[in-house]
Amino acid sequence: MEPLIEVQGLHFRYDSGPEVLRGVNFRLFPGESVALLGPNGSGKTTFVLHLNGLLRGEGLVRVCGLPTRPEHLPSIRRKVGILFQDPDEQLFMPTVLEDAAFGPLNLGLDPPRALHAAQEALALTGMSAAWHKAPYHLSAGEKRRAALAGVLAMRPEILVLDEPTTYLDPPGRRELADLLRRLPQAKLVVTHDATFACATTTRAVFFREGRIESEGPTAELIRRLGWDERLPPAEPAP
Amino acid sequence: MRHLVLEDWSRKESWLHARDPRAKLMAAVALLLAIGTSPAGSPSRLAGYALLLLAGVIIADLPVRGVWLRACVVLPFAGVFGVLAWLAGEPGRAAAVGVKSYLSAWTLVLLAATTPLPALLRGLASFGVPRFLLIVIQLLYRYLFVIAEQAHHMRLAAASRGGGFRLRSRQGWRAGAGAVATLFARSHARAEAIHRAMLARGYRGEFPLASPPRFGLGDALLSLWASAAAAALRLA
Ligand SMILES: Nc1ncnc2c1ncn2[C@@H]1O[C@H](COP(=O)(O)OP(=O)(O)O)[C@@H](O)[C@H]1O
Ligand SMILES: [Mg+2]
Repeated sequence: MEPLIEVQGLHFRYDSGPEVLRGVNFRLFPGESVALLGPNGSGKTTFVLHLNGLLRGEGLVRVCGLPTRPEHLPSIRRKVGILFQDPDEQLFMPTVLEDAAFGPLNLGLDPPRALHAAQEALALTGMSAAWHKAPYHLSAGEKRRAALAGVLAMRPEILVLDEPTTYLDPPGRRELADLLRRLPQAKLVVTHDATFACATTTRAVFFREGRIESEGPTAELIRRLGWDERLPPAEPAP
Repeated sequence: MRHLVLEDWSRKESWLHARDPRAKLMAAVALLLAIGTSPAGSPSRLAGYALLLLAGVIIADLPVRGVWLRACVVLPFAGVFGVLAWLAGEPGRAAAVGVKSYLSAWTLVLLAATTPLPALLRGLASFGVPRFLLIVIQLLYRYLFVIAEQAHHMRLAAASRGGGFRLRSRQGWRAGAGAVATLFARSHARAEAIHRAMLARGYRGEFPLASPPRFGLGDALLSLWASAAAAALRLA
């Protein structure tokens, strides 16, 4: 089977800084959900930005067989939907509906069709009732779902989510996990949240210092590396 | 802080709210022209404009007192001109300047309170105001709150460590300047991130418009009626 995303020997540095990606090899297959774990500053976000050509380093990045060269970027950006870590940065239009319609309009859909696609995506994420709201009137969970609607409205084949549980309370996380499990797309989920990773993915890769250090089934890898939040309970006061 | 009353008002539903932004812009411009060119010493004419505006506020189902209060923002500026005119020995002109500025502000408040900013910007775009400028205004408006909130958090953080931006001491100045620099750097990083998020959703330099507004009978009536009333008052 052809991989949807294929990355080989990817190296990258910001300007003249140190190398942030140091030889990443990664593949994502259709129908797969993969967690991307790793310490802060290990290059996860930088890696994600390569998957639709927002950054370009040395090495190979192919999406559905297309290398991320400028001439392929429009179709690659339609195939790969990225949900960024901070929803405030993703919701830049004045209202939820206009924001969800931004992508479809850019794809060249005429306004009625673009609005239809936006409304469908809002229904999918349970945000239909808030279509007229301004982003700063939304709760954190609503912002996340509105931003996701903006991504889904482009009907991507691959979903990439960068720490999607940031700012969410436990019910919000559960809601988001449920929603992700209902979506048919192949997924790459960057997260620090072990429970969330286990609930939404089957395979995991572990990033350290700009390369994939280990990988395996999600629950097993987390156990093997001790990469979860478990701590001994607090002692009661004497 | 997260709430602009004007923003809430602009999303209400009334006959005036439902009108095309271009119609409201035309009506407002007609009224502003009439008010601005009215000679001093015609109190009944100015009262006529006020009645017209009051009718607008009532049709739009807005709180009259609230609108009046918000239009007061111009009084300090108008006051300076008024005082200058008074000192120049023209008390009648001084009063007219004050009243006319106030009526103009009232017009603009009514426009903004019945038209959400995005719609207003679309209206301006169709009158040939450069799109680039309008996009900048739209993004500024969207992120004003985010940046203001950031500034607020920084002030809280400074205050809880016993600091604060009191600009009396040299240290206060330095802390204040540092905070502004931090805010600027963060805003810059944010702008970059927003640009990336736009590119990721297919942005290629053209800001798309979701719904080209439709100019209907009610819209034509509003702009005609308001322009006619303003002209009649002005020429009476
Ligand atoms: N725009 C940038 N310019 C320079 N350095 C950056 C930039 N963004 C991230 N970095 C650096 O690259 C490294 C990896 O960052 P990032 O990809 O955000 O890691 P992660 O998402 O795993 O926390 C960090 O050392 C960070 O300081
Ligand atoms: Mg990151």
